[in-house]
Amino acid sequence: MQLLLQQIMAGLANGAIYALVALAVVMIYQAIDHLNFAQGEMATFSSFLAWQLIAWGLPYWAAFFTAVILSFAAGVAIERVLFRPLHHAPILASLVGFIALFSILNSGDGYLWNYTIKTFPTPFGTRPLFGSALIDTHEAGMIGVTVLLLALLYLFFRRTRLGLAMRAAAANPDSARLVGIRVGWMTALGWGMAAAIGAVAGMLIAPVVFLEPNMMLGALLYGFAGAVLGGLSSPGGAVLGGFAVGIIENLAATYIPYVGRDLKLTIALIVIVAVLMVRPAGLFGRSAVSRV
Amino acid sequence: MTTQPQEAVPLAPAQTRGGPAAWPALRHWVMIGAIAIALVLPFVFHGFVVFQLTLVMIYGLAILGLNLLTGFNGQFSLGHGAFYGLGAYVTAILMQRWGVAYYWTLPAAGGVCFLVGFLFGLPALRLQGLYLALATFALAVALPQLLKFHGLEHWTGGVQGIVVDQPDPPSFLPIDADQWLYYFTLAVVLILFAGAANLVRSRTGRAIMAIRDHPIAASAMGINAPLYKTLTFGVSALYTGIAGALGAIAVQFVAPDSFNFLLSISFLVGLIIGGMGSLPGCLFGGLFVLYVPNIAESVSRGLAGAVYGVIMLLVIFVMPSGAAGFTRLVIARLSRSRNRQPPA
Amino acid sequence: MKQLTRRSIIAAAPATLALGALPRSAGAAKKYGPGVTDKSIKIGNTCFYSGPASSYGTIGRAMAAYYKMVNDQGGVNGRMIDFLSYDDAYSPPKTVEMTRKMVEQDHVFLDAGPLGTPTNSAIWHYMNQKKVPQLFVSTGASKWNDPKGHPWTIGWQPNYHSEGLIYAAYILKQNPKAKVAVLYQDDDFGKDYLRGVSDGLAKARLKIAVAASYETTDTTVDSQVIAMKSAGCNAFVNTAIPKFAAQAIKKAAEIEWKPVHVLSSIGASVAATLKPAGFENAKGTVSDFYLKDPTDPQWKDDAGYKWWVGFMDKYYPKGDKTDVNNVYGPSNAATVVQALKQCGDNLTRENVMRQAANLHNFKLPMLLPGITINTSPTDFAPVKQVQMARFDGERWRLFGPLLTGAVG
Repeated sequence: MQLLLQQIMAGLANGAIYALVALAVVMIYQAIDHLNFAQGEMATFSSFLAWQLIAWGLPYWAAFFTAVILSFAAGVAIERVLFRPLHHAPILASLVGFIALFSILNSGDGYLWNYTIKTFPTPFGTRPLFGSALIDTHEAGMIGVTVLLLALLYLFFRRTRLGLAMRAAAANPDSARLVGIRVGWMTALGWGMAAAIGAVAGMLIAPVVFLEPNMMLGALLYGFAGAVLGGLSSPGGAVLGGFAVGIIENLAATYIPYVGRDLKLTIALIVIVAVLMVRPAGLFGRSAVSRV
Repeated sequence: MTTQPQEAVPLAPAQTRGGPAAWPALRHWVMIGAIAIALVLPFVFHGFVVFQLTLVMIYGLAILGLNLLTGFNGQFSLGHGAFYGLGAYVTAILMQRWGVAYYWTLPAAGGVCFLVGFLFGLPALRLQGLYLALATFALAVALPQLLKFHGLEHWTGGVQGIVVDQPDPPSFLPIDADQWLYYFTLAVVLILFAGAANLVRSRTGRAIMAIRDHPIAASAMGINAPLYKTLTFGVSALYTGIAGALGAIAVQFVAPDSFNFLLSISFLVGLIIGGMGSLPGCLFGGLFVLYVPNIAESVSRGLAGAVYGVIMLLVIFVMPSGAAGFTRLVIARLSRSRNRQPPA
Repeated sequence: MKQLTRRSIIAAAPATLALGALPRSAGAAKKYGPGVTDKSIKIGNTCFYSGPASSYGTIGRAMAAYYKMVNDQGGVNGRMIDFLSYDDAYSPPKTVEMTRKMVEQDHVFLDAGPLGTPTNSAIWHYMNQKKVPQLFVSTGASKWNDPKGHPWTIGWQPNYHSEGLIYAAYILKQNPKAKVAVLYQDDDFGKDYLRGVSDGLAKARLKIAVAASYETTDTTVDSQVIAMKSAGCNAFVNTAIPKFAAQAIKKAAEIEWKPVHVLSSIGASVAATLKPAGFENAKGTVSDFYLKDPTDPQWKDDAGYKWWVGFMDKYYPKGDKTDVNNVYGPSNAATVVQALKQCGDNLTRENVMRQAANLHNFKLPMLLPGITINTSPTDFAPVKQVQMARFDGERWRLFGPLLTGAVG
């Protein structure tokens, strides 16, 4: 029982990582209808930026918010400079753009900051939460921030004009343009927000997995899985999907004899694909309706 | 946030046929010329360049497999490296464990991959777009783990992989092993490309493309979409699997680390840069994924990855619909300007 | 099928190799293999400059820096070293391609310190068929020590399997009835360690209680560590790479699991593992060393360390001085230079293999005090000795004699 509880809590802590990444993945999906392979590398770059600022003597929160703001600007810039020109190209051309961006950022991180793992400070501390060994304050903080971000996004998209405009631009660009929404800028804004959320994710993940250029490779993989499991059209679903992936993975490794430990990733993926068989748009997503 | 009703977006521009009547005839000559050059090449270069060119053809064939699925049928796969790896392992195991001759391993590798591809295509029917991408991606991520799995180590050699013997050329031919493998690969590639060209032009091919361009309309016209889609998945896996089999023979070694998900991504890069829905574009894609990383490294070692990325971006900016689309565009421009010239 | 392969290679092996070391003939006629002239020796290498394992790329850069230093100091017997290093991105097919390029197009004399186990495995056969020296491969698999079957390939570092044996022996000495857990990467080197520990425990009729693997794409190894504790293990062999080794140390402390904790030499860096894990948490762990950890304060005044810092400052100023890979690169390259030096003017591929298998008490500035490099025609494992050390919360304290695990 103790083991089960511990594995679930450890899965939840990992799941918080996946959930944060999944949230950023869904943000960009809403804006551009595509998965951004470079999402993880953008987050890593943002974290390195913050690390550098802290190394130069900035206090944690100053570095944190500077990195978030810079990431937002960089996200907007990337959309304007790199992906806007590909807007009319076949839809898969931008995929090569993502892969190129991934390659550039990954290699650039290693060149600028080398590959030795670095510690990244946490604002929450790493004491056991309420004196229990099950979860520490940083992991709890990570879960808290995920939920907070989710709530803020909900309010933004439901209650603000800008949020509504963004939804309209994504849902029906042509009609949105007719009512005076600047669809191009809404897409850029989506990129900026995704980059900013990615930055937050990166900076919260770094204290756990340590900062290095390939830090987000695994997290992104699981984050995608979480987002798809929960449903790409539903931020809340993506977050739950992320947590679920973390827990499934740990339970598979612990309780499936013979194959569990070596094939836990494979098993987690099989579970997800099986879920997709039943719910092809993810657990909480809605299937797209096609007009003939 | 809500989901938008989506228009079915074709992944690739439907291939425009017709155009100036002179081009099909010219295309014929271009093809004959290309084959003639391909036949001479192993005597112009030797040793390692011949080996590289063999790899280009092999990657081109693997990309062709992906193209049949993604470019012609509109099903998105991020996992074709898995079929490539599967084909490679079938060949390696048959050759080294059971002493089967290398040429007999190709149909076996193709058959196994067809079966796996077909079976995987059944559940894939329910998935679309990015959800399908994730399912196939899962295949690519899981394959190295399965190859390393201790329960299968007896066959796969586990993390140590399997060394494959290089086939000797037939004794009556005055060529070395590299040249022989080149011609052998060339023959296989030509046969399979011809097969793909016929398939695409046939009634079946039109059905496959109709499903890509408008799935609902295709079904309404009486096309058995599920059957065609799963069959395409199988054929696509067969092509990529045979490429993997050839790859194992050429490289003379298979190991789980040779078939990680980055391989699937580089096939995808080759496909898009070569041109979706174009057969010769696949070979261009093969050239790109083999040579451009080498070029990037020679530009800057510390930033090899970054240079590769920049080259990819430049290419996609200049040729957003791949080399094939670019060539079509250039040809169209040329013929238009020629048509404008006053008749002599 | 395997036997056939081996036989064909044995047939191909030069008979001279069996004769053993010949004394260096001074003043003999010059004899050159491919890539050698009166002025230069061209040598090749493959390394991971891009791709998922690019953190090891610095080994190749540090090697290049070392050869530059050798050239600045007059080269090897007056010949400049022309070092060609290619990127294989840790992909075996790419290694084959680049190795064939340097052998068949660049005509290198030998392949010096190519990196990685699967990558070297891919060219193993080819190099022995072509009779090109595959010198001092940068990997710790045990299979490179095979002078009979593969006379053109020679290893360099202590192999993981024998390190595993040493860890098992240490644990058994602490507790003959230990319940042992092993954390390993699902990879060639991880499985070599696992086999080593398992073979070592088998001597005391013990089995590994929990063998938990991780993939490099995993985010954390928390789940594995929890499982080890709850299985009641009281000894922990942690063979993970620094990132995961550090996580495991941290997690073990967090859940108050206090086993006999052995770190493998791969994850024993003070800067890369112990500092991120927290010095307090890492106190009391033991590990084995053959190179001096550049981040360990105990070497501050050591002559070898000072030489290394000088070398890094002058020839590789961009290199990270906390990265043990930057110690590895020049140490490996220095061994290549030594073999070439011993060749004198007889620079044939046969002779360089003969000299590589003829190293006696060769010392390097960054090997632990007392460790020397020795090879012979029947011993293709240059560095064999290691010494154990315990972390006292600040630095590694070496203890006990130099150890040699049963080779191979």
